[in-house]
Amino acid sequence: MTFPFLTIQNAVSFEASRVPILPAEAWRQTLLENCAEGKARITALFGETMTPDVTRVYCLLGIDSKKHLLIGAADFFGKNPAYASITPLLPEAHLFERELYEEFGILPVDHPWLKPVRKQENHSFYKIEGEGIHEVAVGPVHAGIIEPGHFRFQCHGEKVLHLEIQLGYQRRGVEALMIAADSKQQAVLAESVAGDTVIGHGLAYCHAMEGLSERSITPKRCQSLRAIALELERVSNHIGDLGALAGDVGFLPAAAWFGRLRGDFLNMLMELTGNRYGRSFVMPGGVLFDITPEMLRSFIRRLEKALTEVKELAELFFGASSVLTRLGQTGVIKQETARSLGAVGLAARASNLLRDVRQNYPAGIYRAHNIALVKMSTGDVYARARLRSLESKRSLQFLRERLEDLSADKIAQPCGMSKKGAMIVSLIEGWRGEIAHVVATGAEGEIRRYKIVDPSFHNWMALSLAMRNGQISDFPLVNKSFNLSYAGHDL
Amino acid sequence: MWDILKNRWKQGYRTVDFPSKVEMPERFRLSTANDGEPQLVKALDARMQKLFGRSLKLRVVSAGSCNGCEMELQALGNVVFDLSRFGIQFVASPRHADGIVVTGPVTKNMALALKETYDAVGEPKIVIAVGTCAINGGCFAGSGEVLNGAASTVPVNLYIPGCPPHPLIILNGLLRLLDRK
Ligand code: SF4
Repeated sequence: MTFPFLTIQNAVSFEASRVPILPAEAWRQTLLENCAEGKARITALFGETMTPDVTRVYCLLGIDSKKHLLIGAADFFGKNPAYASITPLLPEAHLFERELYEEFGILPVDHPWLKPVRKQENHSFYKIEGEGIHEVAVGPVHAGIIEPGHFRFQCHGEKVLHLEIQLGYQRRGVEALMIAADSKQQAVLAESVAGDTVIGHGLAYCHAMEGLSERSITPKRCQSLRAIALELERVSNHIGDLGALAGDVGFLPAAAWFGRLRGDFLNMLMELTGNRYGRSFVMPGGVLFDITPEMLRSFIRRLEKALTEVKELAELFFGASSVLTRLGQTGVIKQETARSLGAVGLAARASNLLRDVRQNYPAGIYRAHNIALVKMSTGDVYARARLRSLESKRSLQFLRERLEDLSADKIAQPCGMSKKGAMIVSLIEGWRGEIAHVVATGAEGEIRRYKIVDPSFHNWMALSLAMRNGQISDFPLVNKSFNLSYAGHDL
Repeated sequence: MWDILKNRWKQGYRTVDFPSKVEMPERFRLSTANDGEPQLVKALDARMQKLFGRSLKLRVVSAGSCNGCEMELQALGNVVFDLSRFGIQFVASPRHADGIVVTGPVTKNMALALKETYDAVGEPKIVIAVGTCAINGGCFAGSGEVLNGAASTVPVNLYIPGCPPHPLIILNGLLRLLDRK
């Protein structure tokens, strides 16, 4: 016997009391049944302390084919509650269950690898023993200018048998800070979840706040401007990543050129928002700056030119056989693996899984205007690289359309007070993939729980598996092809 | 491929010149006792300048940053900003470095790694804190998980503000530190 979860829409608030609270076992069964055969996938799984000895665990499922989400919860009582782990049946839950155990002490019995997610203690790494097996430990401080994380390889010669990734060094406690902060600080904090996804996380926060407010209309022009910023962010990051990949395979002309081209997009963001990454541009109710007619004309002209450059560059980069040899068949993630890990965003689309919030759960301007999506089927570094250039082209075309049909309108409309006892799920397709912010308000309309799931949280395991049986020397390349966020994972 | 490259070559693209003077809007200016230009950076002493003035190797430690500051540090290496023309380089090991660059508010989880990286750099050495977070914790200040800035863990010689600071601002700070600006 199953109990239905509540059906909800992206960025539309609902009364928190409508979320069905099931007995733990029934909750687990419903979750598993919904996810059977890949019908639904876990978007978020998180707890909230209700009273000192009641912890409520929410499960948020996304049903991509039906364009809606399901939410259901279960209460766990006492000091050390336990339930039968979901992970053995549904691997995509593995990190969420570890997080629940770390933060709330809810024990998933028979979890295959129950160790801390972010705490720096009890680190035991998976070890392979035998003749000629050696271990390579890297980090947290790396050779390049990147964020900290620890990587432990089990190798036989050059071949990687297993890679375990231990993160948590970037733990800043963002979720707790969001509750304590006032609304101005909240916007800054949301943008600082991952500094490369400023617009993505900022927008997820804004959609949540607007949906929660009692009165909120976002003007059309503002929605377009937000989409423009979001797509500029996507293109700049995709192009930057291609540059990094080119650098890693030693193809320096392309690396230099990609690096410069990225700067062009960042400069456009800077002209529009005053900051190269668009900080403080989006705010609940609207955006901070408008686009001037001269800027508009110059953007359209420059984007046109950039589109030609992206095409030429792709030709240069993907036309070089030495590049293709390095990228092809390296770091493969098959479709089945990607599905079972619950991969999202670009990493999923490179493995033939069309998961994209802009299409599956559209919000803002994406409700009215579709963006053409692309996917690849090989799941290797080549697919992820190629997809970056293809998506950049689509985004540039979309950007031009949005710039050309900007409606005359206000750019901001203050929102009202927050609804009391409400909840909202706000999903945004950032350049890495699905960003989820789930917010619950209390009796006074204050924020009671703020949960953030960065796309990297879903995808880190895919990087581990992509390295299996690969060469350790390919790690930088495979890592760049995913380019996951440490800060977004650690929060 | 050659056609494409040739085309690009003809169009050309230049590394930016370092702007000789940038006018700060009034409200951002620092008030100073004397009316002259505010002294933002105290250059290193003569001995340190002799050592590092023409060649400075730095190791970056990211200690809880959001990746914004890292991206701007990386951008310094691209063809537009081309940091190495000033003899400044980011290196792979603290053992090769003359100092470290710290970004982020210093999370409790990174404090040890930061300290050890600092210790691994040979004397004499300098520390540069990049970004609001590294100055005082920035937007994360007051969280129980962070130590509110680089100075909590290592002695800092230069602070470069911004969230994230523009690559030119970082460059400006570095050149002033070396008294080359
Ligand atoms: S100063 Fe700003 S950009 Fe730099 S790490 Fe802190 S939040 Fe990120």
